[in-house]
Amino acid sequence: MAVRVGRAVAHKVRLDPIACDGHGVCAELFPERISLDDWGYPIVDDTPVDDSLLPHAKRAVEACPVIALRLERIMKGDGERRTTAAGDRQAAAR
Amino acid sequence: MAAAPILLDPVVAEATLPRLLADLTNDLASHRRQYPVPPLSARPYGDITTAVERSGLRGRGGAGFPTGRKLRSVAERYPRVVGKRPVVVVNGSEGEPASKKDMLLLSRNPHLVLDGALLAAAAVGAGEVVVCVDRHATAALRAVRAATAERVNSGERSAQGLRVAAIPHHYVAGEESALVHWLNGGEAKPTVTPPRPFESGVGGRPTLVDNVETLAHLAQIVRWGPDWFREHGTDAEPGTMLVTVTGAVQKVGVHEVPVGTRLSTVIRNAGGSLSKASAVLVGGYFGAWLSTDQARRARLCDEDLRPLGAGLGCGAIVVLPPGACGLRETARIVGWLAGESAGQCGSCVHGLAALAGGTVDLFGGDDNVDRLLRWASQVEGRGACHLPNGAVRLLRSGLAVFADEVDRHRTGQGCTGADGSVLPIPDARSEPWQ
Repeated sequence: MAVRVGRAVAHKVRLDPIACDGHGVCAELFPERISLDDWGYPIVDDTPVDDSLLPHAKRAVEACPVIALRLERIMKGDGERRTTAAGDRQAAAR
Repeated sequence: MAAAPILLDPVVAEATLPRLLADLTNDLASHRRQYPVPPLSARPYGDITTAVERSGLRGRGGAGFPTGRKLRSVAERYPRVVGKRPVVVVNGSEGEPASKKDMLLLSRNPHLVLDGALLAAAAVGAGEVVVCVDRHATAALRAVRAATAERVNSGERSAQGLRVAAIPHHYVAGEESALVHWLNGGEAKPTVTPPRPFESGVGGRPTLVDNVETLAHLAQIVRWGPDWFREHGTDAEPGTMLVTVTGAVQKVGVHEVPVGTRLSTVIRNAGGSLSKASAVLVGGYFGAWLSTDQARRARLCDEDLRPLGAGLGCGAIVVLPPGACGLRETARIVGWLAGESAGQCGSCVHGLAALAGGTVDLFGGDDNVDRLLRWASQVEGRGACHLPNGAVRLLRSGLAVFADEVDRHRTGQGCTGADGSVLPIPDARSEPWQ
């Protein structure tokens, strides 16, 4: 799936593998992008998430008990990556 | 002593080898007869960066990143972060068991490394240089501390920004984010990036982390010029490199060769022969196996090694003797890598343990190759650092290169290796992370 050209752009799910404890809630809530390995830790597909899937991605991010997931918003043009409120929450928790 | 000007005009010197290993006298006065005192600099010193960029030098610690580009990214952050002068970290961790070249340079030619570090500091406008050395490498630590003191005593002002840090002995402690984390008071374990050290490193400052050998080359590039550096090596990968050759060779040790030298020549120079080998491990325990046929065709450069799934890495080359079982050695190395996990990422802790155990099981006759390969793809690219990727690469190369031996084992025909365990695997020891 290509990154859409426009003002709002694409989202990607990002995992902090150090913070992750392998609860596995994310894979239940967002199987479209997250599966579990043989030991129960999430394998995250970083293909951009489109609008129809975004609510599911957000639910997975918000449900993580250790705040190891965040949604990354890729801004048009500059390639800069910014995180959503869930990501800010993660930064504040540190 | 008045600081001599830095010579950026190349001094014509003959393109003979050795270069880095030419002067191992380890004495400041004789070193200074060839190399001037590095300058103090309050602002980034652009000429040095330009010279290093033109030289095409790539990092010699394993990742092979262009050193000039790295200097520039740190130097360019200088004006943006007022009050946060950059820091230079010399990476002398050398956690790779099959490599000894950085310890050799630090213990026998520390002044060349220190010059390189101070020139890199001038290039990025850093006022502080931290030389990180494995705390168990006593000879290297002693030599670097003595060299630093020698400079301070002889009145070299740039030496006042130098300090030596004895870092924990762990493989992943040499990963650049782990070094930074430890220097900031944490454990010597990799952290999640971004931010990378060049963005926010030691004390939150832009930090240049460069390998020991890389900085020694940098000192020579500034002294003798980028064109001189390029007289050896290939266009894409110029210069010479240090290789640590071990295993079935007569002259075990550190050799200096042009990048792009035929692998067979490197082995022959060390008193070995591909016809008296069963395989070659390139890049050390964090590297990949090559069959003798592959090794015969390859030059020692990433251009030739990448298509074979290998790479220069830190330049460690292990020649496996004919009597050794490659599967056994693969299992032993994967086991060692698994034991080097920092224990932070679930996929690394569990995945590497599974790969290590599974490889031992395969050696013992389990027909589990498909499962091992499935686990390998699950583990790949999942950690905060590259340890899982290294284990996967090593294992996959072993399963491919030693396919015949693997078949014998999984079908219960037994092992052809008469020699038992051959490669030295470091003892597991309890080592603090602080």
